[in-house]
This record gives sequence, C-alpha cells and structure tokens, in this order.
Amino acid sequence: MSTPTIPSISGTATVGLPVERAFRFFTESFTTWWPAEYHIGQADLAEAVMESGVGGRWYERGVDGSECDWGRVVTWEPPHRLVVTWQINGQWQYDPDPGHASEIEVRFSADGPAQTTVELVHRHLDRLVAGEAIRDTIAQGGGWSAVLEAFAKVATDAQ
Amino acid sequence: MVSICLPFVVTYGDASLGLLGDPTRRAIFELLARRPSSVGELAAQLPVSRPAVSQHLRALKDGGLVVSTTEGTRHVYRLNPDGVTALRAYLDRIWDEALAAFQKAAEAAVTNPEEQS
Repeated sequence: MSTPTIPSISGTATVGLPVERAFRFFTESFTTWWPAEYHIGQADLAEAVMESGVGGRWYERGVDGSECDWGRVVTWEPPHRLVVTWQINGQWQYDPDPGHASEIEVRFSADGPAQTTVELVHRHLDRLVAGEAIRDTIAQGGGWSAVLEAFAKVATDAQ
Repeated sequence: MVSICLPFVVTYGDASLGLLGDPTRRAIFELLARRPSSVGELAAQLPVSRPAVSQHLRALKDGGLVVSTTEGTRHVYRLNPDGVTALRAYLDRIWDEALAAFQKAAEAAVTNPEEQS
C-alpha cells in the first residue's frame, strides 16, 4: 500500500528584476511584501523575517514584540534556490518537531537580464499533522474519499 | 511586462476552492482562522445576517473545514484542527496572495531602481 499524500501547492510569479536581485528582494525584503494579514501570533504583525543562510530563522514579530517561529532555512543557494520549512500545524501553532515540518522550495530562474521567474512549491503537507487523527484517518483508508464525497455533496447541494 | 499565474494543483484543491469560492464563506473561514467564534460574533463582523452566517457555516462544516463545539450555551465554530482540508485550502490562499503581493512589491522595486536595503 502506498502512503496517501496531500498534493503539493505550487505557484509562479514573474518579476522584472535580475535573478540576484529577485532572490534578495524575496529574502531580505521579506517583510516588505508579505501580506500582513497572514500571521499566527495573537498580536498584529509588525515584521516577518527570513534570516539568510542555512539554519536561519523564519519568524514573525508582533506589534507587542512577541515572536512566533514559522520554520527554518534548510537550503540556501543564492540566487537560484532556497528551501525553508513551514512548521505550523492545524492549530496554527509552531511545531518544533522536524519530522512534522513541511517544506517550501523557491526557485529563481533568469528569463533574461532583467526578468526572473519565481517558482514556489509547498510540499510534504502530510507531515503537518495536527495530531494522530489525520494519520489515523489516512491510514484507515477512505479518509480522502469521505472528504471528497462530502465536498461533492456540498457542491451538488449548492447547484 | 509582469505577469502572474498560480497553477494550483486541482486534483484535490478543486472542491475546497469551490467551497471557499463564495466571498462571504471565505470571509467566515478567514475569521475562524484567526479565532474560534460564535455565529453572533461572526455576523457582527460581516455585512450579512445571522441566518446567512449559519447557512455558510453548515456548508463549511459539511465540507469538513469547520467544526463546532459547545461551550456552556454557545456554539463555537473553529477550523477543523484535524482537517488537512482546511490547512491545505488555507495555505493555497496564503501563497496565492503572498506571490501576488511579492510580484506587486517587486514591480514597485523595478520603478525605483535604488536598492532598498
């Protein structure tokens, strides 16, 4: 039996910056572009930081000074590639167990001297267990089809 | 020329995106992502009636995105903590908006060639 997995999420953006600058803008200027409404702390977001280099912290700081970790930098290959973990579970809390870490890989490819394609993949979502329940549901089988059936029903009812 | 496309995987996301396709339902989902709330608390923050909020909550609950618990006499709704569905649907949305924001900010950086270090 193969292990069911949650499909990765992927997205692409094309920016009019040279690849080196696109990489730096994504990382060093992270707080300037990250949508401030997305944060896990109780306080409003003051700053979101992606520290450079392997082992760097990826975290938010609230307006009250409190900090909440999001993950760690695990691959740092400027200007083409970086991988950070996202260790926020289903209760929107940081889970320090590396075995529960999902990963976000970001690749930067130069389309030309002043254009860069940024490709993002958020994978290993199945590691983001919110507790045993997710694993049990998947392991027992029928978990996904049950969910999809529920969706199908809602979709049909909505017609 | 700047363009954006977000080819999200649809094999599984389709249905949940459909469920979150309604703006009011999405707003409810986002409010619940911030904090568990009662129908009244949600209705107070939205330009819709309590019965309408209840109806959307039922759809979200049927879809497995939301669960409710009883605290005293109140029904409190929250995102399904065991729901990978809710998690993935929400992450989909986060990256959608984050990449759009990144692109928009980068566009502004292009027109201002000075490095903002």
